[in-house]
Amino acid sequence: MQRSEQGGNSRLSRRHLLTAGLAAGSSLALPSGSSRADTISQQMPWAPGEADNPTPVSGGGYQYLTHDEVAWLDAAVSRLIPKDELGPGAEELGVTLFIDRQLAGAYGRAERWYMGGPWGKGTDTQGYQSRMTPAQLYRVGIKAVDAYCRSEFGGKPFAELDAEQQDEVLGALEHGKAKLQQIDAKTFFKQLLLNTQEGYFADPLYGGNKDMAAWKMIGFPGARYDYRDFVSKHGQPYPLPPVSIYGRSEWIRKG
Amino acid sequence: MATKLPTVDALLVGFGWTGAILGQELTDAGLNVLALERGGWRDTATDFATSFIQDELRFYYRHELFQEPARETLSFRNSTIEVALPMRQLGSFLPASGVGGAGIHWNGQNWRFLPSDFLTRSHNTERYGAAAIPDTMTVQDWGVTYDDLEPYYDRWEHLCGISGKAGNIKGQIQPGGNPFEGPRSRDFPNPPMEMTYGPTLFAQAARDIGLKPFPAPSANMSRAYTNPLGVQLGPCTYCGFCEKFGCGNYSKASPQTTILPVLLRKKNFTLKTECEVIKINLDSDKKRAVSVTYIDTQGEEYEQPAELIILSAFVLHNVHLLLLSGIGTPYDPNTGRGTLGKNYAYQIVSSVDVFYDDKILNPFIGAGALGMVVDEFNGDNFDHTNLGFIGGGYIACWNTNGRPIETHLVPDGTPKWGATWKKAVVENYLKSMSLATHGSVMSHRGNYLDLDPTYRDFLGRPLMRMTFDFTENEHKMSDFLTGKTTEIARALKAREIRSNPRKGHYDITPYQTTHNTGGAIMGSNPQESVLNRYLQHWDVSNLFVMGSSAFPQNAGYNPTGTVAALALWSANAIKTQYLKTPGPLVQP
Repeated sequence: MQRSEQGGNSRLSRRHLLTAGLAAGSSLALPSGSSRADTISQQMPWAPGEADNPTPVSGGGYQYLTHDEVAWLDAAVSRLIPKDELGPGAEELGVTLFIDRQLAGAYGRAERWYMGGPWGKGTDTQGYQSRMTPAQLYRVGIKAVDAYCRSEFGGKPFAELDAEQQDEVLGALEHGKAKLQQIDAKTFFKQLLLNTQEGYFADPLYGGNKDMAAWKMIGFPGARYDYRDFVSKHGQPYPLPPVSIYGRSEWIRKG
Repeated sequence: MATKLPTVDALLVGFGWTGAILGQELTDAGLNVLALERGGWRDTATDFATSFIQDELRFYYRHELFQEPARETLSFRNSTIEVALPMRQLGSFLPASGVGGAGIHWNGQNWRFLPSDFLTRSHNTERYGAAAIPDTMTVQDWGVTYDDLEPYYDRWEHLCGISGKAGNIKGQIQPGGNPFEGPRSRDFPNPPMEMTYGPTLFAQAARDIGLKPFPAPSANMSRAYTNPLGVQLGPCTYCGFCEKFGCGNYSKASPQTTILPVLLRKKNFTLKTECEVIKINLDSDKKRAVSVTYIDTQGEEYEQPAELIILSAFVLHNVHLLLLSGIGTPYDPNTGRGTLGKNYAYQIVSSVDVFYDDKILNPFIGAGALGMVVDEFNGDNFDHTNLGFIGGGYIACWNTNGRPIETHLVPDGTPKWGATWKKAVVENYLKSMSLATHGSVMSHRGNYLDLDPTYRDFLGRPLMRMTFDFTENEHKMSDFLTGKTTEIARALKAREIRSNPRKGHYDITPYQTTHNTGGAIMGSNPQESVLNRYLQHWDVSNLFVMGSSAFPQNAGYNPTGTVAALALWSANAIKTQYLKTPGPLVQP
């Protein structure tokens, strides 16, 4: 079965054909889709060989982000999770690539989200009310933060600030102190921080957490599914190295 | 124009837990049963195999098994003075889509409610006086009692192979179990799960301060199990991917692992997937449901007639469909009149995190319902005199997971990012745990469900509008529970603790629980409820509504056990009474 790697979730994307493009409230028409209503009778409809494995992110460069946006994100995620004596930071683990592939896929297009108007600002308890998809949010947000930086730091964009200044900017976004054009600073920061932590700690198949380094650093054994032998070993460190959904690099046959 | 299909005996709208239960029961009674499910087929080997299910990003953060707000969502506001806005992303609760419903991605924390939970108004009035229940609190008795439901709780626990330790068998208190539970006719079918370190430490600390901890009743198998239908479940492997995930190991009770292998093979049962029911059609005098209208993925519209119609979707969809179909009188919070949408409730949760220097807890060795619990402060298990609230909740040390995007506890005062945050995560990941409170929410006059005047779903139907906030009763109760939890946390003598009380308004953003209740409540008369004690609609006697939408208010336990017991109780009434003499089972 062919699957696109975008969003890491192709079966869903297939189902999404059903609803893609249907802005809520805008239309009664249903799009045509490949998925069909199914009638199941007198059998368990299990089909061998249909396991819905995800397709890993492979090389091939960035799919959504521009060159400048990559530089911006490398700089930002390096401050959110920096490289230090404890282990690699978000940039080293491929979080920018992770974010790129997420934004290029179903998630970046907010395919699952309700994106119908009218649009209101809402209260804090009403959740996300931006009309922007994640992909749009990053595009507009990065530009707006750079504009903010240029006005605050003598014409320099975010990526050219020193680490201390970058932290100051990120803090101003986090607490809503920076006023950005077109976009709510807190909303953008929240999205950026969430996606950075996702990329850092998610299975490496999505492009971040390279070589499971974040898991090794904290002691998470990854995609194992049987700890029965170790349940009663209270207080003992788990002895086995982590494993990802597609194994470990040394398992891959060379040449 | 809708294509009209041949009549079936019984039609199920939604095919999760209650759909599976009713399908099994009604086919056993000889009826031809059709289930309509809006989502697709799901099975263990294809959709949650152990070769890929341990994927935190895909299944939790990208919501693969959950309802898509793009198709259906609701609008939300804290009170009637606000404008409701759509819930654009899932957050606070996670309804499912697809065969098995939320029964696939639940944790498996399976409880019975307390006998007094079914008598919220009369019990509290009797014990504390009428003043204990303010005018704004619209709590009611259920019209069904614990004793009525006990045989069905028992059947359900054996169907699912619940692992646990009885605390009360026929009135005899059992050491090591929950001494506060209602009397049960026999023990759980499986022994408790093996405990990991964190819950073991919690239980010791709770004992040290005079509490009676017990292993949580769990739908994760403590050993291989064959249920009364002959369906087999495998032993849980403690992989730590339960809630928000399907079980790849056939170790968590779900419709797929307990009922469907039998039900789907029956000659008198048919399931149609990817069919969205958009309306229930009544006859001209509105006393009888004649059919449903549904739409398939090609946009084709069908009318499916049935003698008996069972709503067995998630609580919110049951209520939404009744509202869209114009069945019953919508509740008006200003006058208190009308019953449909009334008494929407939820749960209130808080936590206290515990950080050790010297103890490796291995949080990733976990299971959805693996934990130790104390029940001293649930329901009316304690004297509420002068406390200023009714209700309560349990306090538990669950060891559900160490999935690192979601679970990386850091001490109080830690920044949310940067080098200091990273250091705190690294230092505490293996050596921290959380104690959780899980509290009841009483129903209140201003908390309700109705149709939104503005926002529409993908089919152009009005969204359902939720108006909900925690009230003083809930905040006082939750603060009380958080305080008790802090006492246990202190008794653990760890390096430090971090208290996370529930403050302020209800917020639809962070995940809390998928324990939404009410809106189509059961009760003893049609002036105060939508359904009678058998979950039969008061006005439309061939329409039954399953699910926690029937709860008049919410108790301090996870609802699935009670949802299932009510479904079995209702199915029994249909089989033994309704089918012999169709019509109202209770005269108003």
